[in-house]
Amino acid sequence: MKLDAKIPGGPLESKWSRYKEECKLVNPANKRKFSVIVVGTGLAGASAAATLGEMGYNVICFCYQDSARRAHSIAAQGGINAAKNYPSDGDSVHRLFYDTIKGGDFRAREANVHRLAEVSNNVIDQCVAQGVPFAREYGGLLTNRSFGGTQVSRTFYARGQTGQQLLLGAYQALSRQVALGKVKVFSRTEMLDLVVVDGYAKGIVVRDMVTGKISSYAADAVVLATGGYGNTFFLSTNARGCNAMAVWRSYKRGAGFANPCYTQIHPTCIPVSGDHQSKLTLMSESLRNDGRVWVPMKKGDKRPPNQIPENERDYYLETRYPSFGNLAPRDVTSRAAKLVCDAGRGVGATGLGVYLDFSEAIGRLGRRTIEEKYGNLFEMYERITGEDAYEVPMRIFPAIHYTMGGLWVDYNLMSTIPGLFVLGEANFSDHGANRLGASALMQGLSDGYFVLPTTIGNYFGSSKKFVPSTDAPEFKEAEERVIGRLNKLMSIKGSRTPTSFHRELGKLLWDNCGMARSEQSLKTAIKKIQVIRDEFWKNLKLVGATDELNQTLEYANRVSDYMEFAELLCKDALERRESCGGHFRVEYQTEDNEAKRDDENFAHVAVWEYKGEGKEPVRNVEPLNYEVVKMTQRSYK
Amino acid sequence: MNLNLKVWRQKNETSEGEMKSYVAKDVSPDMSFLEMLDVVNEELIMKGEDPIAFDSDCREGICGTCSMVVNGVPHGPQRGTTVCQLHMRHFKDGDSIAIEPWRAKPFPILKDLITNRQAFDRILQAGGYISVNTGNVGDANALPIAKDKADQAMDAAACIGCGACVAACKNASAMLFVSAKVGHLGFLPQGQPERDRRVWRMISQMDKEGFGNCTNTYACESVCPKRISAMFISRMNRDYAMAVAKGECNNL
Repeated sequence: MKLDAKIPGGPLESKWSRYKEECKLVNPANKRKFSVIVVGTGLAGASAAATLGEMGYNVICFCYQDSARRAHSIAAQGGINAAKNYPSDGDSVHRLFYDTIKGGDFRAREANVHRLAEVSNNVIDQCVAQGVPFAREYGGLLTNRSFGGTQVSRTFYARGQTGQQLLLGAYQALSRQVALGKVKVFSRTEMLDLVVVDGYAKGIVVRDMVTGKISSYAADAVVLATGGYGNTFFLSTNARGCNAMAVWRSYKRGAGFANPCYTQIHPTCIPVSGDHQSKLTLMSESLRNDGRVWVPMKKGDKRPPNQIPENERDYYLETRYPSFGNLAPRDVTSRAAKLVCDAGRGVGATGLGVYLDFSEAIGRLGRRTIEEKYGNLFEMYERITGEDAYEVPMRIFPAIHYTMGGLWVDYNLMSTIPGLFVLGEANFSDHGANRLGASALMQGLSDGYFVLPTTIGNYFGSSKKFVPSTDAPEFKEAEERVIGRLNKLMSIKGSRTPTSFHRELGKLLWDNCGMARSEQSLKTAIKKIQVIRDEFWKNLKLVGATDELNQTLEYANRVSDYMEFAELLCKDALERRESCGGHFRVEYQTEDNEAKRDDENFAHVAVWEYKGEGKEPVRNVEPLNYEVVKMTQRSYK
Repeated sequence: MNLNLKVWRQKNETSEGEMKSYVAKDVSPDMSFLEMLDVVNEELIMKGEDPIAFDSDCREGICGTCSMVVNGVPHGPQRGTTVCQLHMRHFKDGDSIAIEPWRAKPFPILKDLITNRQAFDRILQAGGYISVNTGNVGDANALPIAKDKADQAMDAAACIGCGACVAACKNASAMLFVSAKVGHLGFLPQGQPERDRRVWRMISQMDKEGFGNCTNTYACESVCPKRISAMFISRMNRDYAMAVAKGECNNL
């Protein structure tokens, strides 16, 4: 597998402007001759599809939801970063770039991250022009708040619903292109395979989730903006429908999969309440601006929180990380919570929880201010737990949230398959081994509004134009393959539901490849995954038929991918013999339990190459060369 | 606790549907309503029966996918709450619960509790946006917007497009949904150039889809999981009257 990142020459600060000046263009009359398939309508997909439509390309867009407006970007709460420096607190493009590189534990590609920081300001301008109702000061200007892992306030927000408002902005831009006839949206339609013709990505096979009909679409290029693979773990903050099918099946068609072991565990989620639990709900990181995290000093202290006096509380983030305090980055904060809970000082019925306490902030700012800032989050907490967080501290615990790994892409956001572009969470490029808060929205929209629309023109301008017929043998082979798989799932007629397999797999991963990983736990997990997978294909029970609306079948098909992907995730974690960001190997830690990187041997991207059914995948390497940033031990003390 | 469910079952868009009875056993008060249905469905699958099809996705009250009428009320008995955030602690042992899909002609039933809400997408496509292309817009702070205006725009923009307002309305009116978007963009200076055209086009599309008119019962507001105010409907009516008076209908 050839890994050429195609990073433009010249100084870091001018790479992107130089690229834009020198890249190939497609003239306006020719743009309408090109067609693009976009899979996914979250921030990255919707913004890309809308912008490509505005430019004159013909776009066909797919989502599994019943409407493009419902993609899971909508659930992002806290905000979106940009280097505007409106509060004049010393922010700059360079500082945002540096914070993101450092936050990612020096495992991201410099050139991509710098471009992201540059483009971030355009994203805010664009969203305001679309009518996104960001929070404002009385003077009418935009306001900012701070987020984990930074010492400036650079996060723009719309109450606790920033993702919703940004997605609606992109969805509205998309709707405008639909009305103009430049974009066609197929909802309740799921991509089941990628079609590669003569080495180029030229189409996809989809299933109509209402009728069950399998069909193919061909285009000049395919763009995947299908999100992350957090649902492999069964319980995560992802939506129920989020899945890894598009990226996993593209991997099996030849796209390299980068750093699957980089999974982010978000420190502030509502703890699990029982076996029936279907998903976990995040409480925005922005809450850590005003909430203080603590556990009792004493092991097994079961007193209600309000009866534990100040001097018997351990505000462990404030003491351990005095300069960042409660705003330490996510990976660091999650591990700190695990340490105190492992020591038997966790709270709640299960002992798997820590307090997030607002009483000090309510005393300082008044209840009204807290309500205005976080009202909807407090309400959401009350709905789920039945507790009033204005009166008693919230209980929180880490949960799988975001996946930094994804399909490998070069500077053009193109995968190892020419013509297959990957945006947003689905790619690996910008967050290294750990993502900072409010950076996912920034990346999704940067990729979709500004990066892809430029780089795809460069691709079209420098390759031969052709769109195959969907009757071509490559399409027929792919259709037969997906139909065969669906029929195989239906024909097992065993005695266990897809949920029971998924839950078993998820627990295995969480226990062995979650917040702490070791050589032994990973080897155990790999062996057990193979056992569960074998049983899945022998003992799965489904009902209904393939040619109708069949939610159990949709789900089983996704779970069948997790059964394969989970093994790659663990293999990657096993091979990365260091700790960095969200990947924590217990063998590699400093004396005070911080992640210990090995820059000499692992300052690289691991890119996995599929070699066929039953064959070992190959681990390729893209070295990370830091021209500007000096790698240091990441300290938030 | 144990609950007696009566659930609308319908095989597909063209078949007849009926209410069927199920028992939900050992329901924990910490379960969400949809998790209770998940457990019922697991049992149905094990018995070889078709599980109850229902829409849900984020399960945290923001995507607007979940949509069912619980005991006659869209999203169920708790105000300001989507059914995915409704928890079983609001029910008691032995309760009977009727579960039905949204019922409105513009939202045809696809299966069981799942409806087709694409009519909402088409209304948005008719004009629910600000016509601005990507790139080369001014600096975000070049246009100050009074905080109260921005806040009111946000109040309206909070709509999740679930369709509960339509399901609750005896006329199957979509006025609350449409007025939320008209209000969101109408409060902002960026939305002014297209204000007349937008309201006229969106309402025309709403009528074309077969949604009914508003007769001021406020049923929509009372079931809205985001508590969107019916005040936006009055505002939209004023905008519409202005658009008609200015002859917007003649321009299209």
